[in-house]
Amino acid sequence: MRGYVTKRLLIAVVTLFGMSIVIFSLMRLAPGNIVDILFESAGYVDQADKKQLERELGVDRPLAVQYARWVGEVARGDLGKSYRYDMPAWRIIKPRLPVTLELAFLALFFSILLGVPFGVLSAVRQDRPLDYVLRVLSLAGLSMPAFWLGMIIILFFVRALGWMPSITYVSPFVDLKANLWQFTVPALAVGYRSSALIMRITRSAMLEVLREDYIRTAWAKGQRGTLVVWRHALKNASLPVITVVGIEFAFLIGGLVVTETVFNLPGVARYLVDAILLRDYPVVQNLTMFIAVVVVLANLAVDLLYAWADPRIKYEKA
Amino acid sequence: MAQVRALDVVADTQILPIERPRGSALGRFARKKPLGAAGGILVLLLVGTAVLADVLSTHDPVRTSTNVLVAPGADFFLGTDNLGRDLYSRIVHGSRISLLVGLASTIVGTVLGGLIGLISGYAGGKTDLLSQRVMDIMQALPILVLALVLAAALGPSLPNAIVAISIPIVPRAARVIRASVLGIRELTYVESARALGARHVRIALRHILPNTMGPFIVLATAQLGGSILVEAALSFLGLGIPEPYPSWGRMLSIAAAEYAERAPWLVIWPGLAISLAVFGTNLLGDALRDTLDPRLRGS
Repeated sequence: MRGYVTKRLLIAVVTLFGMSIVIFSLMRLAPGNIVDILFESAGYVDQADKKQLERELGVDRPLAVQYARWVGEVARGDLGKSYRYDMPAWRIIKPRLPVTLELAFLALFFSILLGVPFGVLSAVRQDRPLDYVLRVLSLAGLSMPAFWLGMIIILFFVRALGWMPSITYVSPFVDLKANLWQFTVPALAVGYRSSALIMRITRSAMLEVLREDYIRTAWAKGQRGTLVVWRHALKNASLPVITVVGIEFAFLIGGLVVTETVFNLPGVARYLVDAILLRDYPVVQNLTMFIAVVVVLANLAVDLLYAWADPRIKYEKA
Repeated sequence: MAQVRALDVVADTQILPIERPRGSALGRFARKKPLGAAGGILVLLLVGTAVLADVLSTHDPVRTSTNVLVAPGADFFLGTDNLGRDLYSRIVHGSRISLLVGLASTIVGTVLGGLIGLISGYAGGKTDLLSQRVMDIMQALPILVLALVLAAALGPSLPNAIVAISIPIVPRAARVIRASVLGIRELTYVESARALGARHVRIALRHILPNTMGPFIVLATAQLGGSILVEAALSFLGLGIPEPYPSWGRMLSIAAAEYAERAPWLVIWPGLAISLAVFGTNLLGDALRDTLDPRLRGS
């Protein structure tokens, strides 16, 4: 186990290191550096001011030096400064974190709550009408843009029920009911896709497990059907489901980028879009790195959970 | 070939009641996979609309007019937008952008990833290890976030959007093709080709590559829907296809949201077009996977 954990940790560090080079290079690919962009909007350009700002930000130094400085900052947890808002980026991100986390976990919760049971049902009723209906519904979930689904739901609520989504964010600690109202709809919109994927994986894993000998033994000894399906079979079918939940978590974060925009939720993902549109490149660079760290940590957690759930894995790969 | 003909003769002369597969290969596919056939029809509709966009559209898709926010009716099948442009014609023309960007980025991404997977799987050793790590790194960001940052870095244009959407596909394609190459590499016929003194490049391209076509087609079909969705999301956020190209995703952005209450058709139709196009490729991709990849049958 120890060797396996060490190896996974090393891979995570190498991945993040590589990602930092990719992100850094990408940001240098963008036309004009942050100083040009800041001065471009000012109209009047004083070359001396510009030189001074360049020196302050370190963009006049060699790329390797800039990179080393940035990695050092990120490693210390310093997410830099937003030049558009003229304040440390962390001060903007911190109040937005709970919004994104609540949305991500609520969406993941809904997608497991819907995906696993429907996946099991679909497998048990393979090739019957219910299976077809569930499969078409899940494929539809994979085909609809989450942001469009969100818009349609809002439209429906506004037109049919006269309900408007709150424009300002309500903290769960202030008004839990209003907060859940505000988050349930976007979480369902973004979670539909994930639930569809989880359903498909659960279905195929269950189909495989249900054909195994020990399941036949369970039936043969007269075990109750619900027990065979939900206890004996689902337990062994859960491994691929764990993996896909981990992968989906990363995907969810991507989906949040548009969902937060549609539902007007002040989250981290929406701030990334704002920063890109405002060309606040230092923030984009740090925020992207931040997302990479979250994704790699989520994958690491899945790897460890997987090794714990299936003891064979740590011997195979270690 | 000779065998099939012999069977045909037997069946035609009715000497033996041998059951011959009835109908064309397409007809059999449709009977066995009704959902896949429905997907195929949707994809054909999409391609047909894109090809015949000029014939099918009733108005100029980019010319503005004073007929602002007209409800769907006889003059404008699906109504007009806030700039007085005919929504129906814009959706018809938008199919070109969706299909072009979807196909181009899928092909670029899967071919590039496929080649990396082929080299990685065939060469093995350090090359394999290194390219696997690089693919890991590329997968450390969600597809949409990577595409978003790429699109921002490259600037808005049609070719840049294609590049931004294709890059995130590369590591996923490399994974699939590498796994398939690893299996084929150990087969006897590859060994015999090697024994005959064939060069590595020849073995890789002539003997292994053709046998990865099954998984490759499955992968590409599955990715096509994904690419269309990413394009829609990028354009929705204002970082995808720039004006004046009518893109379904951009039709749903700010203007549609702003006028949604007064003109719900602006929200409903472009989104439905995206969903149907992706739904079609997904249905077809699923059926193709079941047919071409027997290991995944029933999943």
